[in-house]
Amino acid sequence: MTITPATSADGATSALRRALVGLAAGVVVIALAVFIFGPLVWLAIRAFVTSWTYPHLTPDGWTMDWWGKVFADNQLSNAVYNSFSFAVMTVALSALICLPAAYAFGRYQFPGRRFFLIALFAMNSFPKMGLFVTLASLFYTLRLMETQLGIVIVHVMGTVVFMTWIPAAAFAAVPRSLEEAARDAGAGALRVFFTITLPLALPSILVAVIMSFLASFDEAQGTYLVGGSTYLTMPTQMYRLVEYYPLQIAAVFSILLSIPSVVLLALVRKQVMGGQLAEGFQLR
Amino acid sequence: MSPASDVPPASDPTAASPAPTAASGASAQPALRLDGIHKRLGGRDIVVDLHLDVAPGELVTLLGPSGCGKTTTLRMVAGFLKPDRGRVLVDGRDVTPLNPEKRPSAMVFQSYALWPHMTVFKNVAFPLRLAKVPGAELTRRVEAALDMVGLMHHRDSRPARISGGEQQRVALARALVQEPKLLLLDEPLSNLDARLRVKVREEIREIQQRLGITTVLVTHDQEEALSISDRVAVMKDGRIEQLSPPAELYADPRSEFVARFVGSLNTFDGRLVERADGLSVAAEPGVVTAVRPEDVVILDGASDQAAQLETQAAGATAARPVHAARVLRVVPHGPYAEVMLDVAGHRLSAFRSGSLPAQDSQVTVRLRRPMVFVDGKREQASDS
Repeated sequence: MTITPATSADGATSALRRALVGLAAGVVVIALAVFIFGPLVWLAIRAFVTSWTYPHLTPDGWTMDWWGKVFADNQLSNAVYNSFSFAVMTVALSALICLPAAYAFGRYQFPGRRFFLIALFAMNSFPKMGLFVTLASLFYTLRLMETQLGIVIVHVMGTVVFMTWIPAAAFAAVPRSLEEAARDAGAGALRVFFTITLPLALPSILVAVIMSFLASFDEAQGTYLVGGSTYLTMPTQMYRLVEYYPLQIAAVFSILLSIPSVVLLALVRKQVMGGQLAEGFQLR
Repeated sequence: MSPASDVPPASDPTAASPAPTAASGASAQPALRLDGIHKRLGGRDIVVDLHLDVAPGELVTLLGPSGCGKTTTLRMVAGFLKPDRGRVLVDGRDVTPLNPEKRPSAMVFQSYALWPHMTVFKNVAFPLRLAKVPGAELTRRVEAALDMVGLMHHRDSRPARISGGEQQRVALARALVQEPKLLLLDEPLSNLDARLRVKVREEIREIQQRLGITTVLVTHDQEEALSISDRVAVMKDGRIEQLSPPAELYADPRSEFVARFVGSLNTFDGRLVERADGLSVAAEPGVVTAVRPEDVVILDGASDQAAQLETQAAGATAARPVHAARVLRVVPHGPYAEVMLDVAGHRLSAFRSGSLPAQDSQVTVRLRRPMVFVDGKREQASDS
C-alpha cells in the first residue's frame, strides 16, 4: 500500500476548492438574505422618504411626515384601534369557548373525539372565501352583518384550531399523578385544576393566545365581507390604502401592522421553538 | 403534634422497638381495616373480597407481581378508586364514600408527583395551606418536615433541580407534614438505583418507627418487603395468599406461589425419596418438593461438623442422608456464592459462604427442610 505524499500543488488545489465552496455558499446566503429582507428594507426606507423615483439610486429626500399623516388621519387611527380591540375580544371569546373543549379533548375519551379534532382542521383547509360567502347569507338572516359580534365570530373561527389543539396537548401532558397528589393533599377537583393543571398548561395556552391574537390581527377577507365599510381594521384598510393613498402611507401602515407580530412572536420565541406549537399538532 | 418531634405519638415512649405484631395488634382497634373490598375493572376482578387489618403503628407491605391487585388495593385505601363492595375503615370510621381529599391518609407516589412549578418548600406547604394552617405554624411544620428528611438546604429549589432520591424524600415530607393517620407508599423506591434504594428504605423505616405511623407499602420487590415490614401480605390474582411477618414468610411459606416469589427455590416434580444409597424423585400429580438453596448444604471436612451441629440444632431427630454431587459451576455473589450442583441427574443450586469447591469436583450434600406442596398448597411435613 502506498501513501501519496501531500505535494504543495495538491495543497494549493484543495485550498482553492475550499475558497470556491466558501464563495458559493456566501453568494447563496446573500441572495437568500436579499430575497427575504430586501422587500422589508425597501418597505422600511419607503416609510421615511419624500419620494424615490426610478433613475435615482438613493431616495430623493427624508421625512417623518407620513407617520404624522397616518396618526392624524381619523380613519387610519380608527383602524388601528379596531384591530386591537377585535383581537382582544376574539382571544377572550375563543378562550372561553375553546379551552374547556381543549380540556375535554386532552383528558377524556368520548365517542367522536377524533372526528371533532380532525373537523377543526377541516375548517382551515376549506377555501376561506367560499366559507365566508355562505356565512354572509347566514349573517344577513341573523342581522349580524356590519356588527362587532359578526366580525368577532368570523375571527374566532380562524383561531379555533390554535385554541383547541395546543392547549389540549398541554392538558393531556399534565401527569395524572400530579393531580392525584393534590387531591390526596386535600384539594378539591376545582382547586386542583386552578392550582396544578392550569399553571402547568399555561405556557402552551400562552402560545395559543398569541397565535390566536395574530390570526385575528391579520384577518382581512372575512372582516372585509362582514364589516364592510363600517368596521375597518388595519388589514382591510390596507386594501384601500394601496388604491387611494401614496405608497409611503402604505409602507408606514404595514410597519405598524407587523409590530405586534414581531413583538409577540419574540416574546414566545422560546415556547414556539421549544416545540409547544409542534406538540400541539401531535395530539392523538 | 409535629411529625418531626422525637416522641412517637403512642403514649408509651419506650415503644421504640418495632411496631406491634399481628397478635398484639389484634386486641386493639385496627388503624386500617379492609372489610371485603372488591374491585372489577375492564371486565376483570382485580381485587377479590379482600380482608386486611393493620394495627396502629404497623408497617404492612402488599407484595406481588404486576397485575396482582396490590396497587388497586392501595388506590382504594387512598380513595382514588371506590370499591364495588366492601368497606375501608380508618380507626373504625367508614371512609369508603369519601374522596381522597377528605381521607386521613397521605400517599407517596411511585413517580413522586412533585409539582414542578412550586419550590420544595411550597410543595411541602401545599397540604397545610389547603388545611388553612396559619403562617407561623405552617413555616415551622414545613421546616420540621424538611429537616426530618434532611433537605432544609433545598427548601427553595425546584423539584427538577434535585436528585431522584431527594425528590423521593420531598414526597415523603409532603406526606408526613399532613400528620396523616395512614401513610401509603406506592412503590416508593422503584425509581432509585440499587445503592440509594437501600439507604432510603432504611430512612423510611426509621422515620416510620419513630413517628409510629401506620403504613401500607406496595412493592414487587421481595427484598424490600422483607427488610422493612412488620408483616407482608403476598398477593396473587386479587387475593392475599399469605399474611405473615417477614421471617415466617420466608421460612414457612404456605403455598408454592409464596415460596417461589419470596427467595430462591430448587424444585422437584414429585416427592423426594432420600435413601442412604441415593436420591430419587417419585412423580406424583400435583406434587412439588422444594428446597431453598441455603438448605442444600455442601459437606466437606470442617464445615461438615458445623453442618451436623446445625442440623441437630434445627431439631432434626436423625441426620438426613447425604448424597454425592458434582460441581457444575460456581457463581460468586460477593458475600456468598451460588454453587450449581448435579445431584443424581438433578440440577440444584446451593448458596455457600466461606471456602468454595472447585468446578467439576465431587462433593457430598445434605438437603435440609424440604417443603412439599400439593396442588400449590403446603403439605404439613411429618418427618422433619
